[in-house]
Amino acid sequence: MSLTANSPSASRPAARRRKPAGLLSELLGDRPAVLATGFLLLIVFVAILVPLIVPHDPAAQALRARLDPPAWLAGGSWSHVLGTDNLGRDVLSRIMYGARTSLSISLTVCAIASTFGIAMGLIAAYVGGRTDTILMRIVDTQLSFPDLLLALTVLTVLGSSPVTVVIILSISGWMVYARMTRGIVVSARHEGYVEAAELVGCSMPRIILRHILPNIAAPLSTLLILEFARVVLAEAALSFLGMGIQPPATSWGLDIALGKDHVFGAWWLVTFPGLAIALTILSANVLAAWARVTTDPQEREKRFARTVARRSGSKRR
Amino acid sequence: MGPALAQARLHSFGSRLALSWSPAQRGWQAKRLTNFILQRLWHGVIVVLGVTTIVFFVTRVIGDPVQLMLPVEATLEQRALMRHQLGLDLPMLQQFVQFVRGVATFDFGDSLWQRRPAMDIVLQRLPMTALLTAVGIGAAILLSIPLGIIAALRPDGVVDRTTVVVSLAGLSIPQFWLGLLLIILFGVKLGWLPTSGARSPLHIVLPALTLALPSLARLIMVVRTAMMDELNRQYVKVARSKGLSGLRVVGTHALRNAAVPILTLSGWEVIGALAGNVVVVETIFAWPGLGLTVVQAIERQDLVLLQAVVFTVAILAVGINLALDIIHKAIDPRVGIR
Repeated sequence: MSLTANSPSASRPAARRRKPAGLLSELLGDRPAVLATGFLLLIVFVAILVPLIVPHDPAAQALRARLDPPAWLAGGSWSHVLGTDNLGRDVLSRIMYGARTSLSISLTVCAIASTFGIAMGLIAAYVGGRTDTILMRIVDTQLSFPDLLLALTVLTVLGSSPVTVVIILSISGWMVYARMTRGIVVSARHEGYVEAAELVGCSMPRIILRHILPNIAAPLSTLLILEFARVVLAEAALSFLGMGIQPPATSWGLDIALGKDHVFGAWWLVTFPGLAIALTILSANVLAAWARVTTDPQEREKRFARTVARRSGSKRR
Repeated sequence: MGPALAQARLHSFGSRLALSWSPAQRGWQAKRLTNFILQRLWHGVIVVLGVTTIVFFVTRVIGDPVQLMLPVEATLEQRALMRHQLGLDLPMLQQFVQFVRGVATFDFGDSLWQRRPAMDIVLQRLPMTALLTAVGIGAAILLSIPLGIIAALRPDGVVDRTTVVVSLAGLSIPQFWLGLLLIILFGVKLGWLPTSGARSPLHIVLPALTLALPSLARLIMVVRTAMMDELNRQYVKVARSKGLSGLRVVGTHALRNAAVPILTLSGWEVIGALAGNVVVVETIFAWPGLGLTVVQAIERQDLVLLQAVVFTVAILAVGINLALDIIHKAIDPRVGIR
């Protein structure tokens, strides 16, 4: 998805330092992170396999079975586990298809925004001078934009489709990657190992790809997870306001918007799609926190010190 | 003045107000402050110009406002007349100059929906949004500071663990979903609080709560981290070993140094609320402010009104940013020595 993934040689030095098996065992030692990863994997599997496992057609209306409550309540049936909406459509099936929408939009946006942002950050850091100033001024300026309002204006004029939503969310998301990349590259450029590589006569692309970019891998993975959460939320908010995914398609935000008119009678229409969004974002946040602590040497040191302090404290007791 | 004393003064709050300096130094200080403010002001102008250009480009160059505003069955003559009335038959450059002039004088034209100046509607709705933001974000700031400090004082204590869990939840719950859950709980099941409109003081409780929670979550984490960083510094240890009371150490020493990130984030939270979160919250609770105006303008395809709101918010955001930069510089002498 990122530049590092395109060049396998770039990730090798980082991989040599910490073996993937070590990373996995470290993940398994952290219970919240395991649960979060598990939930995200579940969402991914559902999104991929949804046509095979879905219990009902998400668009099939059944006027007899309108506003059926979830199965465990009086009047509910196990054929519609999470109940049905005002047109008799199965809530669970719609949530499963909504996972596909959310995931595909968010992953596309993250891919586009990170590629573009990292490229811009590299250009700013390496070309420097006026290009750097102008690019970073654009980043600063765009970071202080009222982006939801601008997105709404643009979508009103252009009309909303999945493609416009992806474009708008990508345009409003590239700056964080650019700023992070520039910061890391600028500080890494004056490190001893980069100067050594320059002295030995490495070409600039080689220095960037083999020596500097592996530094970005760890913070980039954290940032990608956080941005994924932000985009899921933004897409849901746009769809909720009626300016994102449009009705024949399904989306979690859209389902909540439809359920909004029935909050007084049918709470399940709003509750379950929202739970799907909240759990996805919660998992992403937990995983990002874990990734940050695990990949940051300073944080590892702090965590180590805390563990030692706790152990010696309990011994004293 | 010895260098040590000068150093001490540089770090004291009074020096920022240029009280303790010789006339020459004072002039230099004032000039630097003016330059700083001018620079930030210029940056703000660029932001507003950027918003202007984007909105102009999207509405006039890519999109066609006439097609959006008139019904499908409108005749060609009606379209041409509207085009002429809105000045859309002029050359692009001339249109852009007029557009910028409109923004500079806050004259966006008449709202197509209410047939009166769009700015009047904006100014009429603005106080309600200001009230909601002040109550919601204000409560979040006032709650986050004591909670964050307690959490920082006792890491891994009960309060610390609770705040971490609460803020993680606050960051993960979508605001529109939270609002609807609060309606289901307090409006429908318990029937304690009104859920729509703004007829009594009680009406503000649920929207303010919805607006506050994500901000509270972010603020608590920042207060906690900033205070933890400060409490580990040498000067806090010195103050403690001198025998200062815990309250004094935390209140006057650590908190003042932690104030910069807290203040910055508070400002961002206000901007974030104005620039987006109120749209969602006001829509859910039918709170008659700017956010609801945005949704109503979109429903009625009223581009003029929509633009007026977008620019008002952009200008407010720039103003808050500018104020933050100045306060930031007043608190922290290290700012701006680039």
